[in-house]
Amino acid sequence: MGEFQLFPEAASVGATQVDHLYWFLCAVGIVFTALIFLCVFIFAIKYRRKSEDEIPHHVEGSMKLEIVWSVIPFLIMLVMFFWGAKVYFTNYTPPPNALDIYVTGKQWMWKVQYPGGQREINELHVPINRPVKLTLASEDVIHSFYVPAFRLKRDVVPGRFNTEWFTATKPGRYHLFCAEYCGTEHSGMIGWVTVMEPADYQNWLAGGGATGSMAQQGSQLFQQLGCSTCHLQDEQGRCPILKGVYGSRVLLDDGRTVLADDAYVRESILNPNAKIVAGFKPDIMPTFQGQVSEEQLLQLIVYVKSLAVKPNSPMSAAQTGSSEGMHRTGGVNAPSQAAGGNEITTQPARESAFQQIHRRMTKPEGKPEEKK
Amino acid sequence: MADAQTTIVEGHEEIPHLQHHFDDPEQQFNSSQMGMWVFLLTEIMFFGGMFGAYTVYRAMYPGAFASTRHHMDTALGAINTMVLLCSSLTMVLAVRSAQLGRKKPLLSFIGITVFFGLIFLFIKGLEYYHKYVEHLIPGYGFQYPQQAYFHPAQILFCLYFVMTGFHALHMIIGIGLMTWLFIKAKNDTFTPEYYTPVEICGLYWHFVDIVWIFLFPLLYLIGLHLPG
Amino acid sequence: MSTVAAVHEPRAEERENYLNANYGWKSWLFTTDHKRIAILYIVSITLFFFIGGFFALLMRLELATPQGDLVSSDTYNKLFTMHGIIMVFFFLVPSIPATLGNFLIPLMVGAKDLAFPRINLLSWYIYIIGGIFAISAIAMGGVDTGWTFYTPFSSTYSTTFVVAAAAGIFIAGFSSILTGLNFIVTIHKMRAPGMTWGRLPLFVWSHYATSLIQILGTPVIAITLALLGLERIFHIGIFDPSIGGDPILFQHLFWFYSHPAVYIMILPGMGVISEIVPCFSRKRIFGYNFVAASSIAIAVLGFLVWGHHLFVTGQSMYASLMFSILSMVVAVPSAIKVFNWTATMWRGSISYQTPMLYAFGFIGLFTIGGLTGVFLATLPIDVHLTDTYFVIAHFHYVMVGGMVMAYLGGMHFWWPKITGKLYPEGWAKFGALIVFVGFNLTFFPQFILGYQGMPRRYHAYAPEFQVLNVMSSAGASILGVGYLIPFIYLLWSLKYGKPAGKNPFGAKGLEWTTYSPPPTFNFDEQPVMREEAYAYGEKEEVVG
Repeated sequence: MGEFQLFPEAASVGATQVDHLYWFLCAVGIVFTALIFLCVFIFAIKYRRKSEDEIPHHVEGSMKLEIVWSVIPFLIMLVMFFWGAKVYFTNYTPPPNALDIYVTGKQWMWKVQYPGGQREINELHVPINRPVKLTLASEDVIHSFYVPAFRLKRDVVPGRFNTEWFTATKPGRYHLFCAEYCGTEHSGMIGWVTVMEPADYQNWLAGGGATGSMAQQGSQLFQQLGCSTCHLQDEQGRCPILKGVYGSRVLLDDGRTVLADDAYVRESILNPNAKIVAGFKPDIMPTFQGQVSEEQLLQLIVYVKSLAVKPNSPMSAAQTGSSEGMHRTGGVNAPSQAAGGNEITTQPARESAFQQIHRRMTKPEGKPEEKK
Repeated sequence: MADAQTTIVEGHEEIPHLQHHFDDPEQQFNSSQMGMWVFLLTEIMFFGGMFGAYTVYRAMYPGAFASTRHHMDTALGAINTMVLLCSSLTMVLAVRSAQLGRKKPLLSFIGITVFFGLIFLFIKGLEYYHKYVEHLIPGYGFQYPQQAYFHPAQILFCLYFVMTGFHALHMIIGIGLMTWLFIKAKNDTFTPEYYTPVEICGLYWHFVDIVWIFLFPLLYLIGLHLPG
Repeated sequence: MSTVAAVHEPRAEERENYLNANYGWKSWLFTTDHKRIAILYIVSITLFFFIGGFFALLMRLELATPQGDLVSSDTYNKLFTMHGIIMVFFFLVPSIPATLGNFLIPLMVGAKDLAFPRINLLSWYIYIIGGIFAISAIAMGGVDTGWTFYTPFSSTYSTTFVVAAAAGIFIAGFSSILTGLNFIVTIHKMRAPGMTWGRLPLFVWSHYATSLIQILGTPVIAITLALLGLERIFHIGIFDPSIGGDPILFQHLFWFYSHPAVYIMILPGMGVISEIVPCFSRKRIFGYNFVAASSIAIAVLGFLVWGHHLFVTGQSMYASLMFSILSMVVAVPSAIKVFNWTATMWRGSISYQTPMLYAFGFIGLFTIGGLTGVFLATLPIDVHLTDTYFVIAHFHYVMVGGMVMAYLGGMHFWWPKITGKLYPEGWAKFGALIVFVGFNLTFFPQFILGYQGMPRRYHAYAPEFQVLNVMSSAGASILGVGYLIPFIYLLWSLKYGKPAGKNPFGAKGLEWTTYSPPPTFNFDEQPVMREEAYAYGEKEEVVG
């Protein structure tokens, strides 16, 4: 650790893009700084006062010069902006085939859960050359998951999910730092990100997951908490069946449609009356605020996600994280995600919540009561 | 040196209310008026922060916010609105009386304005008491009949107390200012040439009134158009 | 009476001025003279500067080693919090406006005092009361939330004296508002005959712009801290996520003020530089209209960029793009100023007296600070650099390399006017040099540390960051010495300095036409402005 490095390692695709932009900014910065320093230095010497009664020539100003030295810096900054926006845009939305890993931050440690059920504290293992998407949740205050080698950080904010993604390109061990002040041991909330070759990664994955995959753990919770009595099959029509919901668009009782993503599932568990699916009544589902931890919420979400596909399909294996699924990317059942990730899936075989509701509402018997 | 000083303040002895650093009464009046307007700008920004928070949370929880209409004393709020509007009228009449040098009407109108202000505060106190009885004070055993909306309703009631509370605080300060004006008016301080404090306190009073005009619909009238 | 050349004015001790007009503590604590109030402020903010600086020295001492071995984590967290709170709210925000601004604005516009002298005194008392709350928070055990008070840590988790500190800032905010209000009305209503807007010194323009920010922005931090305080005291959840409150809303409200606040913390310094450079180049400022307009532009645009502090919070990508481009636009008026100052020197007659040395330092260091701000406005760069030492280096370059150097430059420039004494020029130059060297050694390594990935607010850090940290700490000790030097010789000059005349630097501006120190009512006769601003050189008949 004694070797001096000007930059940290650039261990991801995004890191190299950021570094190139940074070099450009440094070059521009050095040029303008040198320009000003030189002018001041040279003028100070060349025009130094030679006698006390010396009065220099009067110069009022120059509109042309003002325009030139306003417009040129502005144009240079436009280049910086657009180049930066492009890199930012590229690195903002994860590709649809990204490997999902779930991170919970709490004072003062990082808890990492893999879909296959592996768990780590203050360590993250990822394969090389594969997009990895981190879903970040906080159990208490705001933290920030920062990996300098990836030039990447995202705040971890309680009450919501944030995500960040990267494609690692260099095997190695890289610093992980919490980058949002979070209390006493903020500077101790650090760890390591290990990037591995695919074969090594498989071996590593095989070593863990003793308690079952996240989806399996989520399934157990689903039973324990009583969710399955309504949400898996329910003749009384009290609540939406969750098979096939994740990733689809859901019609709400006030006419809006929303995408059923991680944030939607989380909100539905913690604040069920915030959004009521069309055709159902409010005040039926209790809130589970305070009864499930952030990690458990993530397990439930992974489970609900797994209900979106038929069992034994390629995607479900990937979602449940078993090692066979690792090598397959995407798959016909993957929800496509454009910027903002709100395109509708193309899966006619499964019934979306909306179709389900439509079917129920047009059935003569068992029709839901009129809303007050 | 003494001469130099008198040169500067020459003429000020005849005008007792003219402060030494102003050249003439008009400059002094204009400066005081501008000063009060600038101060009111800062007050707009102060309340603006609260209105901003309200806007964000209402957009996030429209159903919960609308449900609070069942727990607001809309009638009392409406009465208070009328009370304040009347008090602004009497305030304007007070300023007019001062401009015309009519002491008795000036005193009467200031007095009535204070009276209206006190009524406002009394009714506000009633409202707060109702909230206390109905367990709608966040942080003090807050209860909400519609369990589903418990948390966002608590946020709304936080905003209710903070916004009406700061408004009431400004009212109390306003009443204090009016009392001070009353005393000064009684002592014949104001003339048609000098009534600046009446003018600028009037501006302040109108501002406090306008804040209420915004608060009332946002807090008391949300969701009234909805059934139930 | 002087027996030397007849050109000398009567000696200062013989003439009545604002300092010797009255004696006794009551004449100071109940004064309404803007010049005395400025002195009251100079004393108080110097005190706060040294308190905040002491915390910084302790921090840099701790950071000389990677382990947290000097103070505990909690203590360190309190140190950086209190350093930030004191330096931002009790030193930088009031600094130049409440001292030089208070003293000079009436003189510069040709008035006898500010529009509201009693409110001016009130603003000082309010500032002191706010300061007492802040000091009490320290004395009781400190605050550990960071000066940014992010929720829910500050509202729910911190066990320190958050409310006392927030109250101190809330109260001091009123002082800032009243100062701004006073300046705006004064500049509008109390200009001398002939002092049109186009002839105002740029120092006045920049304080006008600063005052606009003060009156419009400060109330928002007031309500934000009030809401935070209420949440803490009454356990009501406005920013509490567990009951549906939004911690990011706090950040938006906080930065809506705190970003414009950083322009409060640089515009007055720019105004000082706009006075010094023409004087010591003996030449009219280049592009007066542009420099004046750029101050207003910075004030307006400064209100539109706060979201660049929230780039990594999960804010919408599109909002981030808007804030990014706007943050770059706001750099343009600052660049215009730097170019105009430099162009003022071109073909001037340049003297290297101490104020000008500080101005040189300002121009160079502000350029670096401003450019690195553009780095941070570039989105993907900010994703890497936010919350690292790069940001710390950036804002110290503008606030310390910029504003504090301008403050020192201004103090030296107007010291003869304020005190009637000259300071020792040799020591002054030496002090300026030490400050410059110490500053760069302290903060330049932090840019590199930031890109290497060292996060801020870290009590202990990864060992590979040590070399640069040691450099930075060494620089800090030099910088500390550098600040002591002017403190000592300026105080010394009060008793032993040579008497200054009306205009020791041959500067233009109404303040230089009156005695040093000025009489209580500023001028013997009502001044009339008969020439353009900065009319160095030949007499100008034509309006520029």
